[in-house]
Amino acid sequence: MDFSLTKQQQLFLQMIREFAEKEVKPLAAEIDEQERFPMETVEKMAKIGIMGIPVPTQYGGAGGSNLMYSIAVEELSAACATTGVVVSAHTSLCVAPILEHGTEEQKQKYLPKLASGEWIGAFGLTEPNAGTDASAQQTTAVPDGDNYIINGSKIFITNAEYAHVYIVFAMTDKSQGVKGITAFIIEKGTPGFTFGKKEKKLGIRGSATSELIFENCVIPKENLLGKVGGGFGIAMKTLDGGRVGIAAQALGIAQGAMNETVKYIKERKQFGKPLSAFQNTQFQLADLQTRVVAARLLVRQAAYKKDQGVSYSADAAMAKLYASETAMEVTSKAIQFHGGYGYTREYPVERMLRDAKITEIYEGTSEVQRMVISAALLK
Amino acid sequence: MKIVVCIKQVPDTTEIKINPTTGTLIRDGVPSIINPDDKAGLELALTLKDKFNAHITVITMGPTQADAVLREAFAMGVDRAIHLTDRKFAGADTLATSHALAGALRKLEFDLLVTGRQAIDGDTAQVGPQIAEHLDLPQVSYLEHLEYDGKKTFTIKRATEDGYEMLEVDGPCVVTVLSGAYKPRYMNVRGIVEAYNREVEMWGFEQIEVDEKKLGLKGSPTRVHKAFSRGVKAAGELYEVDTNEAVGIIMSKLKEKFII
Ligand SMILES: Cc1cc2nc3c(=O)[nH]c(=O)nc-3n(C[C@H](O)[C@H](O)[C@H](O)COP(=O)(O)OP(=O)(O)OC[C@H]3O[C@@H](n4cnc5c(N)ncnc54)[C@H](O)[C@@H]3O)c2cc1C
Ligand SMILES: Cc1cc2nc3c(=O)[nH]c(=O)nc-3n(C[C@H](O)[C@H](O)[C@H](O)COP(=O)(O)OP(=O)(O)OC[C@H]3O[C@@H](n4cnc5c(N)ncnc54)[C@H](O)[C@@H]3O)c2cc1C
Repeated sequence: MDFSLTKQQQLFLQMIREFAEKEVKPLAAEIDEQERFPMETVEKMAKIGIMGIPVPTQYGGAGGSNLMYSIAVEELSAACATTGVVVSAHTSLCVAPILEHGTEEQKQKYLPKLASGEWIGAFGLTEPNAGTDASAQQTTAVPDGDNYIINGSKIFITNAEYAHVYIVFAMTDKSQGVKGITAFIIEKGTPGFTFGKKEKKLGIRGSATSELIFENCVIPKENLLGKVGGGFGIAMKTLDGGRVGIAAQALGIAQGAMNETVKYIKERKQFGKPLSAFQNTQFQLADLQTRVVAARLLVRQAAYKKDQGVSYSADAAMAKLYASETAMEVTSKAIQFHGGYGYTREYPVERMLRDAKITEIYEGTSEVQRMVISAALLK
Repeated sequence: MKIVVCIKQVPDTTEIKINPTTGTLIRDGVPSIINPDDKAGLELALTLKDKFNAHITVITMGPTQADAVLREAFAMGVDRAIHLTDRKFAGADTLATSHALAGALRKLEFDLLVTGRQAIDGDTAQVGPQIAEHLDLPQVSYLEHLEYDGKKTFTIKRATEDGYEMLEVDGPCVVTVLSGAYKPRYMNVRGIVEAYNREVEMWGFEQIEVDEKKLGLKGSPTRVHKAFSRGVKAAGELYEVDTNEAVGIIMSKLKEKFII
């Protein structure tokens, strides 16, 4: 057993941390304030290979591991959680299902452009009436010669109109229930595919979140991902991987808030001494740090297991559950340590609290993670 | 086109503290980095690779752990890496270092040899020029910018204390680069993934033809007389004012102290 990063992983950490510090952090407050998608950052990330970390080199990726990818999302999110989720949704929710379930033609067609960051990916599962209960899909896909005709809408879709490729789920046979759900690869610009309302959010405000609308949208059969009726399985497998990404995002937010707090409490003086001199501060800080390190072990374990090709579904659920709840606790306490200053936008901790909340909701709420964990235990 | 870049691993001096009683550097836990001037030199070479498809070799002389800077250079995009290491090289001052490096460089072909101006742990700015002397090559130090005609000639902007010089020089030649001249690119992810699978060539005393007396401690005429840290000066005064007011304050202070 070895808990240390390899030399290669350390080199990667060195690079991504410097990148986050110099290229990502300076924009974090601005894109939050302006609710602006950080396109310039995506271009910079694309140039050095961050948009295709776990993609094999034969498809234009970096040939890295999921562990490396989780380190990337963590470090980016410590600076800016919006940037973290752009990469996570792209990599885990669009690139990964094509890589894991796509035909050779689909891989050749989509992966090089996605891995190079020329194209951004997205994932459309959630519908107005199918959230936690994703099996209640109302979007339909009806076969028509060599095509499928898709009708329906998806809501809350990350990367929204900035994406070029969408993994979309639809009912091909309602009578079959979950076995009647099929996955499709849909490109932006396909006639009948438009965008609806853009959400205004509490946090990750630079991340674009929109409705996808399909009105008699004609999709060729070669864009079917996996098997007819295999969509629900693909969605669940994809979300297992996605949870590692979101867990890493939550962990990054927590670490970012810790970094700000440690710096602040050493400088801020009240009652003639730095806040760090109060035992209450020290004890609370110790508890928070312990949680952050425990969360990191869970995240890395889940990523490691995915790399090893062993079952990691419950590990990913535990990592996401624990890291997201840790992010909420740490960011809330970070504001407390900052006092009134922390409540204002002069300091980044209030943004971090707002950003942390979503990690308990998307890619399965904390309740869903508890279902997954206990189901694995009780099976 | 062939380029060789000399890079050195140094402690990140921005993170270094000095033990106030002994006056020595506290190196524990201080990260090691590629010397900033050398990293700018590496970027210069990489821009020439982008434009002219140049082949880049990096070379470092240093202990086993200096391997890390060669891996970083691989991840930035260089083609070949040589690690010059031998117990006989240990304890070298700038002269002995430049003899060892020159010995290795005699075995390599290049149109351009790039070094940093100086290393942040020694600040001598001697190794680059000494190498040029040993190899009897033209040298341009304090490089700010370089253009290549794609054939033979480099046009170089060189920083001096009171301005710039524009020089033309034919390869092979030696340049020493300032850290501000070229902003180093990030390592790319694929380069990082592959960096530790690639071969670093290990060269020792046997691989270079240099008189042993010129190497290591034996070949080092430098003697350290005394090392001490400069005492801390007064804290200074901080004004947060606009430029006009700031100029006024500075002028009156300078007059107050009879400096102007
Ligand atoms: C910013 C943002 C980005 C998103 N990005 C994407 C995306 O890219 N792609 C995508 O497909 N979706 C995306 N989503 C959707 C997200 O995954 C869903 O919001 C989430 O799955 C919850 O579904 P819901 O909002 O319908 O909540 P509901 O399902 O209505 O749940 C409401 C509450 O009820 C609880 N609950 C529900 N069922 C049970 C039960 N059986 N037992 C106990 N408690 C239960 C839930 O845990 C939750 O707390 C995004 C959402 C947001 C806000
Ligand atoms: C929106 C807003 C409105 C406000 N309105 C008003 C107003 O109308 N009038 C007004 O006068 N003020 C107002 N305030 C100021 C507010 O009362 C102060 O922010 C509050 O008293 C905390 O002080 P502080 O921000 O300086 O935090 P600090 O005193 O620096 O405290 C920061 C943290 O340090 C720790 N700490 C400090 N001292 C101790 C100790 N002795 N032992 C243990 N831990 C300690 C605590 O964890 C605390 O959370 C307002 C602030 C905000 C944000």
